[in-house]
Amino acid sequence: MYDAEKIIPGLIVFLIIVLFPYYYTMGRMVPAPKPVKPTKYKKCVEPLAYMRAAHMDLLNVWRDEVVRHEKRVYVSSTGKEWDMSLQNECLRCHDNKAKFCDRCHNYLGVKPYCWDCHFEPNKVKELPHKMTTKETM
Amino acid sequence: MGVSRREFLKLAGLTAALGLGTGTAFELLAPGQVEAGEYLRSENALVGKRWAMAFDVKKCLANGEDCRICIDACINEHNIPQYDNPLHEIKWIWKDLYRYAFEDTENPYVSDEYKDKPFILLCNHCDEPPCVRVCPTQATFRRPDGIVMQDMHRCIGCRFCMAACPYGSRNFNWLDPRPHIVHYNPKYPTRRRGVVEKCIFCNERIDLGKKPVCVDACPVGAIIFGDLHDPNSPIRQVLRKRFSIRRKLELGTKPSMFYLI
Repeated sequence: MYDAEKIIPGLIVFLIIVLFPYYYTMGRMVPAPKPVKPTKYKKCVEPLAYMRAAHMDLLNVWRDEVVRHEKRVYVSSTGKEWDMSLQNECLRCHDNKAKFCDRCHNYLGVKPYCWDCHFEPNKVKELPHKMTTKETM
Repeated sequence: MGVSRREFLKLAGLTAALGLGTGTAFELLAPGQVEAGEYLRSENALVGKRWAMAFDVKKCLANGEDCRICIDACINEHNIPQYDNPLHEIKWIWKDLYRYAFEDTENPYVSDEYKDKPFILLCNHCDEPPCVRVCPTQATFRRPDGIVMQDMHRCIGCRFCMAACPYGSRNFNWLDPRPHIVHYNPKYPTRRRGVVEKCIFCNERIDLGKKPVCVDACPVGAIIFGDLHDPNSPIRQVLRKRFSIRRKLELGTKPSMFYLI
């Protein structure tokens, strides 16, 4: 091999950098997130395993049905009817986003853009407000 | 040494088989699907083929030119931000003077009744909406009941629709709207920075059986709402009796906001 004295150290440095996250966290356990489930309600829209794995797909379909197809009611596989609304239906039971949604999302490093617009109805006071208005026209 | 034809074909076949195999493996590992749910319209939903509004301008002006009850009702219902800088303004329903609202029919000798008087303006929910034609992502689309709807999730903020709309009904969120909202309606979302927004004819209320919020808010009943396809609807009845004008008809957008004069 030509230039082995440059290539091999280069490869080693490359591997050290690429594998850094693996050996840095080796032997360290990051505890799995423990989302706080609602206490007042027992059953979610669909079975737990499905919700855990595919709630984002469900919400995506809900969004399109509501916004684009004028459908507002979801009949679940158990036959129960639900209002298709993240802000008004999901958050009605899951009334603490920080302790439920955010715990898993943060653990996995996902930042769903839902919360750019949708907010927790019971936390309205914590949102930024405008204090004064100037009358227009 | 080069690869022989036989070896190359073997390798290619093996790679293809591997590729297909991993695809199937992903499918097998995918989470169990539940039986598909059903999506229904709300039982109370108002059903119409062509929603429209008529504004009784006489009644509106008689209630005082400063009245902005319908505008404030909309602002509070839909979490519309209030900016002091007019360049950032977001408006769904607003007022403007006759000479600007109806600039094509304006003349120097227009009756005193309407000269320099404010008219209530909003998205015209056109039959031929230019904003829908230009939207590259189909974020803006026309619903079967005539409402020109905007899917905020799909808007990429290109502002083609703002250029296309001849009525100035569309505004762009230059800033994060949240710090500029005075009263929040906890049932309705806000918008984010970088999307265009406009009046969506309260389709979220129509789908649940309620009239648009400005119609309900008007203290003198000057806003008449109904289905243009239904000859007995309130709007058709009032349009039969009174003479009405619409904005910028010559552009061919077929607006569905009627002004009774």
